[in-house]
Amino acid sequence: MQMTKVLGMMGDFAVAEAAKLCNPDVVAAFPITPQTIIVERLSEFVADGEIDCEYITVESEHSAMSACYGASSTGARVYTATASQGVALMCEILYLVASARFPVVMTVVNRALSGPISIWCDHNDAMLARDSGWIQWFVEDCQEAYDSTIQAFKVGEDRRVSLPVMVCLDGFILSHSIEPVAIIEPTDKKTIDGFLPRRDPLYRLDVDAPIAVGTCAFPEYYMDIKKAQNEAMRNSKEVIKEVVEEFGDRWGRYYPIVESYHMDDAEVALVTMGSLTGTAKTTVDEMREEGERVGLVKLRCFRPFPIEEMRIALRDVQACGVVDRAVSFGSFGPSYAETSSTMNTGREGPLFRNFIAGLGGRDVTVADFKKMYEILYDDLKKGVVEQPITWYGIRKEV
Amino acid sequence: MPSDYPTKLSELPKEERFNSGHRLCTGCGAGTIARLMTKAVDKPLIVVNATGCLEVSGTIFPHNAWSVPWIHNAFENAAATASGVRAGLDVLMRKGEIPKRDIEVVTIGGDGGTYDIGLQSISGAIDRGEDFAYICYDNEAYMNTGIQRSGATMHAAWTTTSPVGKVQQGKKRSKKPLIRIIAAHGLEYAATASVAYPLDFVRKVKRAVDIKGPAFVHCIQPCTRGWRFDTSMSIQVARLAVESRFFPLYEIEWGHKFTINHPDKKASKIPIEEYLKYQGRLRHLFKPEKNEVIINVIQEYVDKEWNRLLELCKHSEM
Repeated sequence: MQMTKVLGMMGDFAVAEAAKLCNPDVVAAFPITPQTIIVERLSEFVADGEIDCEYITVESEHSAMSACYGASSTGARVYTATASQGVALMCEILYLVASARFPVVMTVVNRALSGPISIWCDHNDAMLARDSGWIQWFVEDCQEAYDSTIQAFKVGEDRRVSLPVMVCLDGFILSHSIEPVAIIEPTDKKTIDGFLPRRDPLYRLDVDAPIAVGTCAFPEYYMDIKKAQNEAMRNSKEVIKEVVEEFGDRWGRYYPIVESYHMDDAEVALVTMGSLTGTAKTTVDEMREEGERVGLVKLRCFRPFPIEEMRIALRDVQACGVVDRAVSFGSFGPSYAETSSTMNTGREGPLFRNFIAGLGGRDVTVADFKKMYEILYDDLKKGVVEQPITWYGIRKEV
Repeated sequence: MPSDYPTKLSELPKEERFNSGHRLCTGCGAGTIARLMTKAVDKPLIVVNATGCLEVSGTIFPHNAWSVPWIHNAFENAAATASGVRAGLDVLMRKGEIPKRDIEVVTIGGDGGTYDIGLQSISGAIDRGEDFAYICYDNEAYMNTGIQRSGATMHAAWTTTSPVGKVQQGKKRSKKPLIRIIAAHGLEYAATASVAYPLDFVRKVKRAVDIKGPAFVHCIQPCTRGWRFDTSMSIQVARLAVESRFFPLYEIEWGHKFTINHPDKKASKIPIEEYLKYQGRLRHLFKPEKNEVIINVIQEYVDKEWNRLLELCKHSEM
């Protein structure tokens, strides 16, 4: 295991440090709360000559992602960060980056979408991009935000993948919370001691070998191009596992794409993403002390969706609650819809309930998670889930 | 005129870098502009193309009319995309990852991608001082989607979204003064051009790419389908746009130094009617009866703009 140093830092700082460690060639970013600290820190690193990087101070997020597309086409390593309305504004270009197979890495500091305008956390911003073709990870704490940023470049730039990667961390809850973060101090800074070699692109704009990027595809070709893109996304799962394994072997921290927490004998389980996981784990610890057979599944990798891993993780529980910090109006929460669909291919399976919780930064506490487990036990007693969607923690007058 | 600018078309490079086989319409000047641009640059070149006629006609997968590296992203973001390409090239050359070369990044977009949906990204790129040349081929409407009005559409022109009806006669307002908006950024070089004056266009593109920093060339390109004239008349109409002073040829240095450069300066001014009468999109100004009122309004607009230009030139000499 290689040497590390532990520092107290906010999530945004941790992400900026990680991005710096990866030596991006080009950063194009536009500030937005609560991502701002990341782009400020990176511009300081550039101003102090700590990284050799072209920093494009674009006039919008749309141009940020557009410049990332252009920069990545030259073979450069490209990084950006955004949140909320920024994701919404760049949404069009997210699809183009993925389709061109450019391994741009982007931090999304999760923040609710307007309106009403809110600067606080939920996952609807990242969910806007769930069908854009980006790999998407949701992290539990600042350490994972740091580590995932480094892993993201290695996964995205792997020629078997060649896809953009979005690392999502919860706005304020992580971005502005100080936590201990183990910092990697490599001897060979250029490649992080061989973990992250220079990008070797599938193709690049080269004046000696001209190609056209971003052409028009008629019906004879479009669908096949999309199929190939989907194959790359599906293949990325094994690469993610490899990279996470190698990272863990070097630095001692492992991040399975689906993490089972006290699931071996669990009767009821919750599924969480992002920082809710930490609170839910504490809840499980407390309830286990009281003798309750509760468990937790942390869904780290939302794209590609780990269908097999989720099925295995949840196959033995009797009731499962999926907590979504996002909403799809008139339907289930996004992670509920996908989790339950992986289980219902056979007739056997747990009872399923969807908790919509923590939108726009509303706090979700240990007491709240206990209540959710109790609701699941009630379902179990009844043997049926009558109203599968629960908006948890709504004001009484609503 | 400095000696390194060609004085005859035969002096242009023979090598073709925008090739036949593209799907642009018969008589379309956009192809001429693209082809002349590559000859004017005459150096390693990367083309960034906004969505539009030229983009979609040149590169329908798996075909490609360009023999230079070419990249298209979306409609409104060619200038931001070019910023990324430029940054990527610069940093990779600096780090020794790719050979050090003098590579020009030329961005090309229609009036839709330039006047309207792409204006913010162009303004941002010019403001940042990006080293790239932007060429706008202005055919005065969204031609790729089938002739809808744009900020570039001239007053009174019929388009499918500024129709000629019982209470409205084509577009209500004049062209947006794009070149002055661009020049107001204070960039080193901005110029207007016409596809009818290829040597003037080539000289301006050469000048634009030689500048370290942003430069802009705005080229009028009559559209046979959208303006409704015979496919043999594209160049003639583009020449009349200049001769009638509807689209004068001039340069603006550093946002304030104006120079008119009509190749045929001595030619007497042609009345606007001579320009308008060939265009089916303006047929309602002549049939069933001549609409003197609107023709006069357009003539007054042309005269006012020309006089303003003369004033600006005079100021430049002071």
